[in-house]
Amino acid sequence: MEVVINGKPHRAAAAISLAQAVALLTDAKTGVAAAVNGDVVRRTVWEATPLSDGDEVEVLTAVQGG
Amino acid sequence: MDDPLLIAGDAFSSRLIMGTGGAPSLDVLDRALAASGTELTTVAMRRVDPAAAGSVLGLLADRGIRVLPNTAGCFTAVEAVRVARLAREALGTAWVKLEVIADERTLLPDPIELLTAAEQLVADGFTVLPYTNDDPVLARRLEQAGCAAVMPLGSPIGSGLGIRNPHNIELIVESAGVPVILDAGIGTASDAATAMELGCSAVLLATSVTRARSPELMAEAMRLAVGAGRLAFLAGRVPRRRLALASSPPVG
Repeated sequence: MEVVINGKPHRAAAAISLAQAVALLTDAKTGVAAAVNGDVVRRTVWEATPLSDGDEVEVLTAVQGG
Repeated sequence: MDDPLLIAGDAFSSRLIMGTGGAPSLDVLDRALAASGTELTTVAMRRVDPAAAGSVLGLLADRGIRVLPNTAGCFTAVEAVRVARLAREALGTAWVKLEVIADERTLLPDPIELLTAAEQLVADGFTVLPYTNDDPVLARRLEQAGCAAVMPLGSPIGSGLGIRNPHNIELIVESAGVPVILDAGIGTASDAATAMELGCSAVLLATSVTRARSPELMAEAMRLAVGAGRLAFLAGRVPRRRLALASSPPVG
């Protein structure tokens, strides 16, 4: 299975959840949000959100700006 | 003097809203924010960088400064609405500084996309603070769409050109029923004072502080300028006259 996480392809031998995809980038408990194929997914359901082949995951946080 | 800034029913004693972009380090930013006295500060939303050191969020939390996410970098209403929703999820706030930019060269707002995004976000329960052109008609339309404030630019973002059309800012202030926040273009303290003298409720700035030779000193200058400009506005300036008016008694 291959998903795209923040623009980079990621190959996984087995299916992974959104929570596992986010954990590849950060272990922050707050201040992070994720979207799958453009739709925001609430943190409370990341564990229960399986990713499918070809899914595009965006993981965002706050940075200096504005 | 008790003169709070009220936005969507929330009170702030500081009328200086800070941005965080452009600071050479988090430490410099931290000292500048402290010197500015700000209680509300913008951040941008970007992809998580696993290599990033330190977090602007931690700094703001330590200072007790409320975070205001922006939608910087968005060129369409669709993008801006998505980033606002991600920010709400990440930061637990439904407040958003709405930016929808037309092009990289000027960073001017795209009025059509901006109004569209504002309408959608208001309908979705957001408290929307739109960065807008200094156009009184667009400002009115944004207010009618339910925005909690309007934030006209003084001049392009980061330009430091000050307030290029004070007449338009006055027109916006005269007819607005929500706070008018001068956003973008401030170069130095006198620009911030001028915005407040024109009747703006607050000033939002970043570059003029974060890229100053001494961000901390400039932040203090901005705090004083915003306060002085506000007092001058409340006090009411004397009318301009063509000829002199003696300030000492003419006889005696």
